[in-house]
Amino acid sequence: MSMKIDRDNNRFKEIVKGKIRQNLRKYVTHGEMIGRKGKDLVSIPLPQLDVPHFRYGQNGRGGVGQGEGEVGQALAPGEDGEPGQGKAGSDAGEHVMQVDVSLDELAAILGQELQLPRIEPKGKANIEQDKVRYTSVRKVGPESLRHFRRTYVQALKRQLSEGSYRPADPKIVPYKDDRRYRSWETVSEPVANAVILYIMDVSGSMTDEQKEIVRTEAFWIDTWLRSQYTGLERRYIIHDAAAKEVDEETFYHTRESGGTRISTAYKVALQLIKEKFDPSQWNIYAFQFSDGDNWGEDNRQSLAMLKEEILPICNLFCYGQVESPYGSGEYIRVLEEAFGTEHEQLVLSEIASKEAIYESIKTFLGKGK
Amino acid sequence: MPALHRFRNLTEELTEIQRQIEAHARNYGLDFFPTIFEVVDAEQLNAVAAYGGFPTRYPHWRFGMEYEQLAKGYSYGLQKIYELVINNNPCYAYLLGSNGVTDQKLVMAHVYGHCDFFKNNAWFNKTDRRMIDTMANHGNRIRNYMDRFGVEEVENFIDCCLSLEDLIDIYSPHIKRRDDAPPPVRHDEDDDDDYVDPTAPTRFQSKDYLDRYVNPRKSMDAERAQLKQDMEKKGNFPPEPMRDVMLFLSENAPLKNWQADVLGIVREEAYYFAPQGQTKIMNEGWATYWHSTIMTKHAMEAKDLVCYADHCAGTLAGSRTRLNPYKLGVELYRDIEDRWNRGAYGEDYDNCEDWQEKIHWNKPTMKGREKIFEVRKIHNDLTFIDEFLTLDFCRRHKLFSFGYQQESGFYEIESREFPNVKQRLLYNLTNMGRPIIYVKDGNYKNRGELLLEHRFSGAELQQNFAQDTLTSLYKLWRRPVHIETKLEGATVLWSFDGTSHTSSEDKKKG
Repeated sequence: MSMKIDRDNNRFKEIVKGKIRQNLRKYVTHGEMIGRKGKDLVSIPLPQLDVPHFRYGQNGRGGVGQGEGEVGQALAPGEDGEPGQGKAGSDAGEHVMQVDVSLDELAAILGQELQLPRIEPKGKANIEQDKVRYTSVRKVGPESLRHFRRTYVQALKRQLSEGSYRPADPKIVPYKDDRRYRSWETVSEPVANAVILYIMDVSGSMTDEQKEIVRTEAFWIDTWLRSQYTGLERRYIIHDAAAKEVDEETFYHTRESGGTRISTAYKVALQLIKEKFDPSQWNIYAFQFSDGDNWGEDNRQSLAMLKEEILPICNLFCYGQVESPYGSGEYIRVLEEAFGTEHEQLVLSEIASKEAIYESIKTFLGKGK
Repeated sequence: MPALHRFRNLTEELTEIQRQIEAHARNYGLDFFPTIFEVVDAEQLNAVAAYGGFPTRYPHWRFGMEYEQLAKGYSYGLQKIYELVINNNPCYAYLLGSNGVTDQKLVMAHVYGHCDFFKNNAWFNKTDRRMIDTMANHGNRIRNYMDRFGVEEVENFIDCCLSLEDLIDIYSPHIKRRDDAPPPVRHDEDDDDDYVDPTAPTRFQSKDYLDRYVNPRKSMDAERAQLKQDMEKKGNFPPEPMRDVMLFLSENAPLKNWQADVLGIVREEAYYFAPQGQTKIMNEGWATYWHSTIMTKHAMEAKDLVCYADHCAGTLAGSRTRLNPYKLGVELYRDIEDRWNRGAYGEDYDNCEDWQEKIHWNKPTMKGREKIFEVRKIHNDLTFIDEFLTLDFCRRHKLFSFGYQQESGFYEIESREFPNVKQRLLYNLTNMGRPIIYVKDGNYKNRGELLLEHRFSGAELQQNFAQDTLTSLYKLWRRPVHIETKLEGATVLWSFDGTSHTSSEDKKKG
């Protein structure tokens, strides 16, 4: 049975994508999706799509149930808020639907909505890799690649035209000429690799709330860059007065105290690049998040490293300053003074709150680097 | 034989089971249309179920959504459709190929219960028994419109119609409301898709250069004025408030021909499905009654027992926030059968004050079976509950009513008092739990605006939904639309004029 339902299902999915697009800002702002991330899919909660009807509000809902329980006993939570404004109401109301969206689709929606330019991998350093694709059929070839169906179809055609095909005894004998073989073409595919270095200040002034912002923003940066590169690596560096490379889990959950010395993190980053990510082979992205504190004496060294060693090899170096009640928020000014607001590789963004993530992503990735 | 896509043929084993189960069903006096079983896999069953049982139904995204949910529920092991049967002559029923033999027996017995119900219950007797053909026809017409006017255009219009689909008069197939003929069918094949102005005077065909002689301007103007005057004089419009809002719209809204046809299709399908909504408890109860009777008395072998018991427990499981129609239905039939077997009904019984005596009442009349057949013929859920839900039953099955509590934000058990429980249940079953709405005035304020009236019965409308529904309604009526309802005891009017929503309350406040 050709499934007619597929067509309706696809229409539905189109509509869902439209809804996600409409609500993208909301999804970008809330970190809830990250927790749901599967390998290639995220489940996005959408209010159940339905055509509206006249129906009763909260005070008209309710019903009859069966079982134990005292009068006044609670059965299921309803929805907070004003009557008539509320949405979901457990069994009696409508439900929230989980829609699976692939990360690629999500990236495409993100790109469209934020009008992100497609990234052009830098230089000609991209490695070209030959790939074989079986796309055509030829009359010669090795037996292991014989295309049986085509061969028989060819033989059948010939027998029909010869008049030697007899429906009563439908024997088909392919001649040598009838044989068909699968054949390949060599396509060279550029393999563009990229590495993202996340650098974060974990000194005491970066609280969980700030880290949640970083985590959410990083999710979207990952999603976008992943859609632009065939291979994507991620590395995490944390620092206070000293820096080290850590795994993702540690990155988001470490909290140290003590001072802040940004240059130490730059040093670790450079070391890492030198060892594993040759800038001639890799597109390098660095995202640094901090609340803007740095020991004053360290600024000079940090800036020098950034200017002379880091910026020249990065596609993009993004500095996101997350507003914190404790941080001085000075570093972004220091960077501005040193580089001006317009610098080819350096992008600065102040992220005051979760709501600012949307614009911040646009600022960071809007350059198409 | 209707042109339905053939799935797999029944295996010999299933054919034999069908023969046996059908014979048992007939022996009990069940009376059904010929019943054809199709074997499908889970994916197909989900697809068919998404289309409400009709694989040939018109295309629409919500069927895709339905499918998505069924398919997900199935793949996560949360739900599984065992059986699907459609009211048609012949009846079609779908069997899940991967089910075990016990389940197939049970499902077949269950299906014969439904088929008997479809054929004999009074609320179904006006339904289209050739619905498979009709649905296929609807599907073709709508696909045709989609080809001509674009998928999105047609689909969006269907959305609007669906928004109004429950604004029909579920009793009208049984009661003659008015004398005039049904509206002319407007689905012609011509391309005249424009709305016809009701005040357009009659034009005779003519060559351009003759037009001003054949259709003189003066008489045209006079006729136009006359028509306009007639329209204004019309008095009440509609003469009586009209519950079939969809019919009113298809007769009076400025629709293009294809739109009128689509609206008609949605309305026709709404009427077809209405009795299923009206008899859910009875229909499922009846089918459950018969599958359990046939299985336990005839069809079940020792090896079937565990599987059967497991399946039954699943079907009849209760939930504290949702009354299981299978359970409630079958228990009520059994209660009726028992009461009528021991004569526990009528004046003597009702007047008996002694609780003990009532419990042990036994004047063996043995009319139980006869009674339930009668009940399944004439009742719908509303009258079924009204007539047969007793205090005793309510206690035995621990029924309670629950409602939403503003203060706690929870649904809470409200009462275990019989009158309250029964009232709540009847309330939920009235008009299938949807508000009752009439067209009050099709020429509101003498400006061609549409006024609907919600017959308030204690529960308020949900405002955001009402607003969205008015938006849909506006797309059909193309003039401002209003609905009159009650909010906190006061009458309010919610309006949509094509750009903004207003409430008469806002005006008062402002």
